[in-house]
Amino acid sequence: MLASQLRSMWLVFRHLFTRNATVQYPDEKPYLAPRYRGRIVLTRDPDGDERCVACNLCAVACPPDCISLQKTEDEDGRWRPAYFRINFSRCIMCGLCEDACPTYAIQLTPDFEMCEYDRQNMVYEKEDLLISGPGKYHDYSFYRVAGKAIDGKDKGQAQKEAPPIDVKSLNL
Amino acid sequence: MSAVWIPLANIFGILIAAVLLAALLTWGERRLLGFWQDRPGPNRVGPFGLLQVVADMIKLFFKEDFVPRFADIPVFVLAPTVVMATMLLGFAVIPVAPQIGVIDLNVGLLFFLAMSSIAVYSVMLGGYASNNKYALLGGLRAGAQTVSYEVFMGLSLMGVVMMSGSFNLREIVQAQTEGWFIIPQFVGFLVFFIAGIAESHRLPFDLPEAEHELTAGFHTEYSGMKFGMFFVGEYLSVILISSLITTLFLGGWLGPWLPPVVWFCLKTSFLVMLFILMRAALPRPRYDQLMQFGWKVMLPLALANLLLTGGILLWNQ
Repeated sequence: MLASQLRSMWLVFRHLFTRNATVQYPDEKPYLAPRYRGRIVLTRDPDGDERCVACNLCAVACPPDCISLQKTEDEDGRWRPAYFRINFSRCIMCGLCEDACPTYAIQLTPDFEMCEYDRQNMVYEKEDLLISGPGKYHDYSFYRVAGKAIDGKDKGQAQKEAPPIDVKSLNL
Repeated sequence: MSAVWIPLANIFGILIAAVLLAALLTWGERRLLGFWQDRPGPNRVGPFGLLQVVADMIKLFFKEDFVPRFADIPVFVLAPTVVMATMLLGFAVIPVAPQIGVIDLNVGLLFFLAMSSIAVYSVMLGGYASNNKYALLGGLRAGAQTVSYEVFMGLSLMGVVMMSGSFNLREIVQAQTEGWFIIPQFVGFLVFFIAGIAESHRLPFDLPEAEHELTAGFHTEYSGMKFGMFFVGEYLSVILISSLITTLFLGGWLGPWLPPVVWFCLKTSFLVMLFILMRAALPRPRYDQLMQFGWKVMLPLALANLLLTGGILLWNQ
């Protein structure tokens, strides 16, 4: 019995010479991976247009219901959100919105330092969420690959898309 | 003139040093525990976090000094002072170095035992006066623990007393010039060390305040500086027991090259570190295990040690 007590005392004592596991946070920032799930941003496609097509899938996927948005349509046929609002005081940084997004528009970033003195300031509007770049996916542009017709790109003109089939030509 | 000043310097020097070291030990312990758990411990306030003590003191002084209405108020207020007073009195007999020490008492060892026994009243009365079931249970445990551990605490020291032929701590130190008593009295050292842990209610024998059974044991109802006094008392008793073990078993101030005070402080701080290491490494036994261990293992060991030492001493006469 005594031997095991002495052994555990020795094993604990040896930790005096091991490195601390602590990261002394404000002085010393921990490494956060690029795919860390922190503050949410809305990205733009390589041409600088908003990627978000206001499909509402992120709002549906969001467990605490902190995303709200409204769809509008431009004259050129593009869909975009009239407003896009994330209440970060509710957000749990789960990343389900990012997974749900069909256009890579909504992305999570390695930034978690979002302290505010006023709770209302935790509600981010579209202007606060939009960033100028494409985020983690540099070359992806939804309207270039999707079949949706917009001004200057008709059906069948997207990347790797075959021209639409005239159904009446199929009467064999 | 110096006949007045030297004792006065001794008295206040030791008093202030003891209280300061006990306060500093609150920081030292947390720092060491931190290192042993792979974290830095309190290191933000002042250099190395040394001023943490000051921060804690300020906090304790400005906390509401709450006395529950259902408590036995005079006893409740007085109880924490007992442990601190008796532990400080205990330091009076510790011979730090040939010239340093408050009194040269020829019953120094008995005086220490008396003081450490009285200190238990603090815990017991604190537990009783709180009029709270957890506190009462803690106080009861403290009482029972003391009754069973005090017995062999005294007995384990009798070997040392027999070998040096004196209760005077200075003479006990001087009797160790040939060799420290830890070698012939190793069993006595072990028994006294364990009893000392139980006496100062340190882990693994801190059953009177076992956090996860009794919330905080005897000091559940205490707050502010009253709680602080219990705490300082506990750290004082750790230092006191360590310095007594140094005196009795590790040759006190004796040692080559370095000045006597340094040797004494080195040995004592090593023992204090051992106290903290035990807290870091060992789990708390169950209450009945503690009692069983005391009566069935430690007491016979102390008695056997006493018998053997006496026999050998008679044989050699």
